[in-house]
Amino acid sequence: MRRERLLGGALEIAVPILLLVLWGVWSSASDTYYFPPLTDILTTFRETWLFDRFGSDVVPSLVRLGLGFGLACVAGVVLGMALGLHPTLRRLTDPVVQFLRSIPPPALLPFGILVMGVGNSMKVFIIAFVCVWPVLLNTIDGVAGVDPTLRETSRVYGVTSRDRLFHVTLPAATPQVFAGMRTSLSLALILMVISEMVASTNGIGYFVLQSQRTFAIPEMWSGILLLGILGYVLNAGFVLIERRVLRWHRGARASSLS
Amino acid sequence: MLHVEHLKKTYGEGVRAVEAIGDVSLEIRENELVCIVGPSGCGKTTLLKCMSGLLPPTSGEVRLGDERVSGPPERMALVFQEYSRSLYPWMTVRQNVAFPLKRKRLGKDEARRLVEEAVGSVGLSGALDRYPWQLSGGMQQRVAIARALAYQPDILLMDEPFASVDAQTRADLEDLVLEVRRRYGVTIVFVTHDIDESVYLSDRIMVLTPSPTEVQEVLTVDLPQPRDQVATKELPEFAHLRGHVWRSIKRRQADEDAGGAAAPHVTSAG
Amino acid sequence: MATIAQRAAPRGTRPALPNWLAPWVGVLAVLALFELVSRTELISSEYFPPVSDMFAALGGLVVTGGFWTAVGQTLQGWALGLGIAMLIAVPAGILIGSGRLLYRSLRAVIEFLRPIPSVALIPLAVLVYGSGLESKVFLAAFAATWPLLMQTLYGVQDVDPIATDTARSFGFGRGARLRRVTLPSAVPYIATGVRISSAVALILAVTAELVIGAPGLGREINVARQGGAVDDMYGLIIATGLLGWALNALFTRVERRVLHWHPSHRPGEEVGA
Repeated sequence: MRRERLLGGALEIAVPILLLVLWGVWSSASDTYYFPPLTDILTTFRETWLFDRFGSDVVPSLVRLGLGFGLACVAGVVLGMALGLHPTLRRLTDPVVQFLRSIPPPALLPFGILVMGVGNSMKVFIIAFVCVWPVLLNTIDGVAGVDPTLRETSRVYGVTSRDRLFHVTLPAATPQVFAGMRTSLSLALILMVISEMVASTNGIGYFVLQSQRTFAIPEMWSGILLLGILGYVLNAGFVLIERRVLRWHRGARASSLS
Repeated sequence: MLHVEHLKKTYGEGVRAVEAIGDVSLEIRENELVCIVGPSGCGKTTLLKCMSGLLPPTSGEVRLGDERVSGPPERMALVFQEYSRSLYPWMTVRQNVAFPLKRKRLGKDEARRLVEEAVGSVGLSGALDRYPWQLSGGMQQRVAIARALAYQPDILLMDEPFASVDAQTRADLEDLVLEVRRRYGVTIVFVTHDIDESVYLSDRIMVLTPSPTEVQEVLTVDLPQPRDQVATKELPEFAHLRGHVWRSIKRRQADEDAGGAAAPHVTSAG
Repeated sequence: MATIAQRAAPRGTRPALPNWLAPWVGVLAVLALFELVSRTELISSEYFPPVSDMFAALGGLVVTGGFWTAVGQTLQGWALGLGIAMLIAVPAGILIGSGRLLYRSLRAVIEFLRPIPSVALIPLAVLVYGSGLESKVFLAAFAATWPLLMQTLYGVQDVDPIATDTARSFGFGRGARLRRVTLPSAVPYIATGVRISSAVALILAVTAELVIGAPGLGREINVARQGGAVDDMYGLIIATGLLGWALNALFTRVERRVLHWHPSHRPGEEVGA
């Protein structure tokens, strides 16, 4: 058993490194135009993003992402709580919500461009509009799904409505809310990239597409690499925050499953 | 103190209506510990929920003192069977016990004192800053009891609180309940399906019939106080009472199975 | 995700509006609101025509052949992308999920590749495959593979060890255990994964049409906008939304049927594109 664990740990580190090395070797050896040597990509990466184009492209991208995501979270939680607590409202709005969330987000871009032009506000709006649905739906699930025994306990001890909202319903819904936010975060990244490819003059997405159009292939790859890193870092960062905030939830689930 | 008059509770409507409680009338006096027993599925929990105001009765009335019970009254506290779902997992033990006290508008020091005393009286002073899920099942139920105690109710309802707990812990918790009653003088209504437990704890036992539930019998338990897990259970009177309750329930069940619903009868003092 | 309206009303309350009527009232109210917003020029009707005009345009489009060609092209890209994703992700997920060492070797790689937004590969797709169907399928397949892979992995790993032990005690070999215990237990997860992947594949298909100009609904929407046919643009967006909604409803149905015996106990949803 122990040997297997050690082997597993070794593999976990060795295999990714091995794959990287293989990629490096293959890309240097082969002569495909579209797949430059890994070393070239890394050099270009350092030159471009550290820190030449950081301010001109990375910062605007991150700002749009942050604003859009933030708006979506706030709107999603507030609306979600309202709908979660009022079944009639929920029934009224359900078909509209289901339809709006099914619209493939890229289809909304022309609408955004038409109504709001090609500026930052359009991109932030589109990101927010698309990202609100996972948060909203998960908040509703979380709020409506509070354990009935918890609710009865609150009634027995005469907990006021205000206290119930902030100290019972909201904490109880938090795990679901965070799950929705995690989905929304990856959506926000996608929307940021697409909107920059279609309607922007700066940003990482814009840079990657432009590089392709001007056949600056290593630059294109460096942008793709950056987006990958960004996706990974954002997700990992979010998971870290979630883990801290939801420490109680993991503990409670673990003990109830055992 | 707590009066239940011709309580009836039906779920659903029309053809699919289920009559959980047929006609229950009973009375709980101050300072006594009453156990309510009955066969499985006889609506014990429904009865308790109606008594506590969580469920509105279909007809009949529940009164606490002079006031009609239409929602959970302030003077009453309730301990649920599923402790893991009634304690808030995002709050520590201290916060859980202190939470209901917000309603009472006490000073910070007063509230703190109450919390610490209640938690101390259930023997969990060391766990004040831990989370419920870090504690064992028996300890969690103690926290729930402490929470009820800190609330300082006049009457405490307990819904099969020890059913999900192992036998040895259950014995300790039973003694805790007796201790609490002795110390705080609170009236206790204790629902259980464990006949031994009901005889051990109570001053009076109320036996319920199967659905639609009525009060089949009310017994007075004359065993000496203070009760002891070994000594009391060695008394012939204990065995006698226990047997009586057993037979009462079994006989009623046999009657039901034979197809005739015997009229409920009340023996001895009620 | 279940329809949000499927929650029981609290006992004892009589809704002011009968349950079956409420959704329609909501839809009508929202439509009326949008109609008003446009007709009163709250938002210029040049950019936001009345809802009635939008639906009229949609009605006009539905009778043209070109519309249905576009729908077919979008669906083609979606179906091929989803199909390829299923062919790759399900076997891979089963394989990786079943082998402890294999899983540990590849875990870091998967965790790093997974969050890469597939849209970042659009320029690469254009370079290698051009602006047609192949690019669309490549992007849709790449994006749809990840959620399905992860769900399959979870499903295989989440098999109750007691169930496999029981099978082992009855003398079932590895292959039989896989077929009779692991796979049936993992199927609900896979069904969820297919539903998520279907949505992702559609999104990427439309994205490719919009950004690269591959033939399909996405391109038609862009063409309509650039040509100033605003009503048509909105009509097409509504059509795309209806398509997305229909596909989602279909897969939710399937998922629910497959799931009906399984205790509702699944990892959180994720869009991995």
